[in-house]
Amino acid sequence: MRGASQAKWVVAAVAVALAATACGSSSSDGASSGPANAQGTFSYQSSEPQNPLQPANAMEVGGGRVIKNLFKGLVDYDPSNGKLRNQVADKIETTDAQNYTVTLKSGWTFHDGTPVTAQSFVDAWNWSANTKNNQINSDWFSDIQGYDAVHPDKGDPTAETMSGLKVVDDTHFTIALTGPVSYFEYKLGYTAFSPLPKVFYTDPAKYGQSPIGNGPYKFVSWEHNKAITVAAYDKYAGIDKPKNGGIVFKNYAQPEAAYKDLVSDNLDVLDQVDPSDLASYKNDLGDRAVDQPQGAIQNISFSLYQDSWKGQDKAKVRQGLSMAIDRDTITKTVLNGSRQPANTWVAPGAMGYKDNTCGEACTYNPAKAKQLVTEGGGVPGNKITVLYNADGGHKEWVDAVCNSIRQATGVECVGEPKPDFKSARDLIKNKKVDGLMRTGWVQDYPLNANFLRDVYGTGAAANDAGYSSPEFDKLAAEADKATTVEKTAELYQQAEEQLAKDMPAIPLWYYKTTAGYSKNVQNVKYDSFGDPVFTQVEVKQK
Amino acid sequence: MGRFVARRLLQMIPVFLGTVTIIFFMTRMLPGDPAAAMWGDKAADPAQLAAFKHRMGLDVSIGQQYLNYMGDLFRGNFGETLAGRKVIDVIGEALPVTVRLALLAFVFELVVGVGIGLLAGLRRGKAFDKVTLVLTLLLISIPVPVLGFIFQNVFAIQLKWITPTVQDSMNLGQLMLPAIVLGSLSLAYVARLTRTSIAENVKSDYMRTAIAKGLPRRKVIGTHLLRNSMIPVVTFLGTDLGALMGGAIVTEGIFNVKGVGNALYHAINLNEGATVSGFVVVLVLVYLAASLIVDLLYAVLDPRIRYA
Repeated sequence: MRGASQAKWVVAAVAVALAATACGSSSSDGASSGPANAQGTFSYQSSEPQNPLQPANAMEVGGGRVIKNLFKGLVDYDPSNGKLRNQVADKIETTDAQNYTVTLKSGWTFHDGTPVTAQSFVDAWNWSANTKNNQINSDWFSDIQGYDAVHPDKGDPTAETMSGLKVVDDTHFTIALTGPVSYFEYKLGYTAFSPLPKVFYTDPAKYGQSPIGNGPYKFVSWEHNKAITVAAYDKYAGIDKPKNGGIVFKNYAQPEAAYKDLVSDNLDVLDQVDPSDLASYKNDLGDRAVDQPQGAIQNISFSLYQDSWKGQDKAKVRQGLSMAIDRDTITKTVLNGSRQPANTWVAPGAMGYKDNTCGEACTYNPAKAKQLVTEGGGVPGNKITVLYNADGGHKEWVDAVCNSIRQATGVECVGEPKPDFKSARDLIKNKKVDGLMRTGWVQDYPLNANFLRDVYGTGAAANDAGYSSPEFDKLAAEADKATTVEKTAELYQQAEEQLAKDMPAIPLWYYKTTAGYSKNVQNVKYDSFGDPVFTQVEVKQK
Repeated sequence: MGRFVARRLLQMIPVFLGTVTIIFFMTRMLPGDPAAAMWGDKAADPAQLAAFKHRMGLDVSIGQQYLNYMGDLFRGNFGETLAGRKVIDVIGEALPVTVRLALLAFVFELVVGVGIGLLAGLRRGKAFDKVTLVLTLLLISIPVPVLGFIFQNVFAIQLKWITPTVQDSMNLGQLMLPAIVLGSLSLAYVARLTRTSIAENVKSDYMRTAIAKGLPRRKVIGTHLLRNSMIPVVTFLGTDLGALMGGAIVTEGIFNVKGVGNALYHAINLNEGATVSGFVVVLVLVYLAASLIVDLLYAVLDPRIRYA
C-alpha cells in the first residue's frame, strides 16, 4: 500500500521501455499447439531474491514470484478477471466487514505432509507481524486488532500474538479488525497472508533457504545467483493444479541476454521484453508475443492544496487540460506502443473496472479544451509545470504531453525534472509542489477500491493531490461498510464518477505486459500483475 | 632474488591497505541508503529499519564502521550481504567461474596473439603483416559489447552452433565464446606489441651472430629472438590478467556468465558495500600477485636483469 511510490518497481522494469509497434491488445495462444507433457518443466526469466524465502519477506519480484508458487493462502485472484476465489478457505463470513469467521477446507497439506490448520495461519500471521522478526511486509497485518502490540511504532513488542486472531478449532478461526474494511478478503490474497508449517519456527533463517509451503509447487533447490527450481506438488489441494512438472526460475542480470535465450528456445517464458528488443519482438515471436494491459496506471496529478487550483471553476480548467492531451498519438509515437491510453482511473483487469468513466474529458479535443480552460479562468501566469523524476525515463513523454497542452490550449507548459525518484517523492509527499506532478499507481490487489480509496480518499497515504471530496468520501465509506465485495466494487464505481467531475488527476495510460514465450511451451497467459499464470503453462511433448 | 621478493611483498602491504581503504569509503559514499532500499519505494518501517541497520553494522559512525570492517577483514570475515549470506560464499561461487573465463581468454590472447605477432614481425612489410595491422586496428576500435552481440547473433542465432548465453557457467566448452570476446581486444594489443618488438630485434647484432654461427632457424627464433622480444608483451599480459578478472562485467552480462563481474554488478545495484569491497579486496590481491610474477619473469627472460 502507500502504493504510488511503489511505481518505481514497475518503473524499473518497464518505464525505460522504448520502441514497439502499436497494435492489438491481448495475447493469443501458440499457433502450433500440440499434446502436453504433464511432467515437463519450463524455465522463467527471474532474478536473485533479496531476502530469505519467507512469505512475508518478499516485496521485489525475484522472491515474490517464487513465494507465490510455493505458498497458497486463504484466497487468490482468478488470473483471467481478477475475481477473488477461495483456495484454502472454504468460506469467509462477515456481517459487519470488521469481524470475519474463516472456515478452512480439509485435505490441504504442507509439502512435508503435515496438515494446514487454522493454527498454521494464525501463528504465521502473528510471527510475520512481529517487529522482532523483521518481515518486510509486516504492515499488511496492520488492519488486525492488536497489531500495535506486536508491532509498536517504537520499542519492543508488548505481546506475541494479535488479539484480533482467535483459533476456534482446526478448521475455523476468527479475525477482528480495528475498523470495517469490506475488501479485507481481497488483501488476504497477498502472499504475506500465507500459512506456515510447524517446522518453520524451529529455524526461520534456515527455512528461508529451503522453504516448505502448501502451494502448487514444492521447493527443490536454490543455486544462489543462478537458479531456483520448484517441482509440481502432487498432493496440492487447490483448484489450480499445475499442468506442468515444475519451473526453473533462471537468473538473468541483463534482460537482453534473456531475450536472446528466449528467441533461441533456451528460455521458455519471459518476464518482460528489454527496451532494445521492443521494436522487433512481435516480428521475432509472432503468435508467441504477449502484449496486454497491467494493473498499473500513469497519471498527472494537480496540487489541489495550492490556491491556484481551488474553486469550482478550476475543475473545468483541469478537464480542459486533460482534453488537450493526445494520448493516442503519444502512446503510439513517443512511447512506441508500450502503454495503452487510459480513460478511467482504475486499470483494466481489476474487479470493478468500468470502461470510459472519464468519458469526454479523456478524449482528445483541442477546441473544447481551449474553451474549457478559458471558461474556467485559465491558470495563473498562463503557465504550468509538471514535476517528475529524471531517473525513470519520463522526460520524453512529459515533454510530449506539455507540447500537446501548449498546442491545444496556448497554456505554456514545461517539465520540471528532479534528479531522482526520492527527491521528487519528498516534494510530493510534503505537499510542496507548485503545479502538476507525475504520479502512478500499481495495484496491491486487483480491486477498484485499491485504485480509488488509497489514492483519492481524504488523507489517504498516496493522495498526492491532496484531493478531498465529501461526496467521494461518503461513497467510499459506504462501500467499505458493504458486506459483499460486489457491492463494494459497485459503490466505488459511483465514487469514480465524482473523480470525472473534479478531475484531481489526469489519467494518462495503463502500463502493459510486453513479454513472450518459446516454442517449447503453450497456453501461456499473463495476469494483471504482469506475472505468467505458472500453473497453466503446458510443456509440449518432444 | 629472495630479498627482492621479500621487499616486494612488504611493499604490497601499504598498497593493499590503501586500496581497501579507498574502496571502503567509495562504496559507503554511494548515494542512497541500502537499508531503506530494501523497502523499495515504500516508506520503511522505522523499527525494522533500525534493527536492520544494527544487523548490518550501519548504525555506528563511518569511522567505527571502517575499523570494524578492517578488524573483521584480518580475521578473514568479509561480512554479510543484505540478504544475510556470507560475502565469502558469494565470492567462492563467482571466483572459480571468472578464473576459468579469464584463463581461457588469457591463453587465447597469449597463444594466438603472440603467434600472429611473431609471423607478422618476421614478414614485416609483407601482405600478412599489413592484413594483421588492419585487422588488429579493427579489433581495437570495436567496443567489446558490440563484438559480443555480433558473435552472439552469428554463432547462436544464425548458425545455431551454440546457445546465446552460457547455460552452465563452469563448463569450459560453453565459456569458449565469451572468452574469445573477452580476450579479443587484448589479443590485438599483444599481436601488435609482439610484432613491433620482433621486427626491431630481428635486425639486432645477437641475431646476426646467432645466424652466423649456424644455429638452426627454429632455435634462433625460439631461444634468441622470441625470448628477448617478450618483455613488453609480458608487462602487458601481467596487468591484463588482473583486468580480465575484474573487467568482465559487460561480457559476463551479455553471455549471462555467473562470475565476478555479474556478482559485482548485482552488488553495486543493491548498494551492497560489503560485497563490493570484498570482491575488490580479492581483485587487488590478484593484481599484486600478477605484477610480482611479471617482475620475476623479466629476470627469467633477460639474464641481464638481476634483482638483489
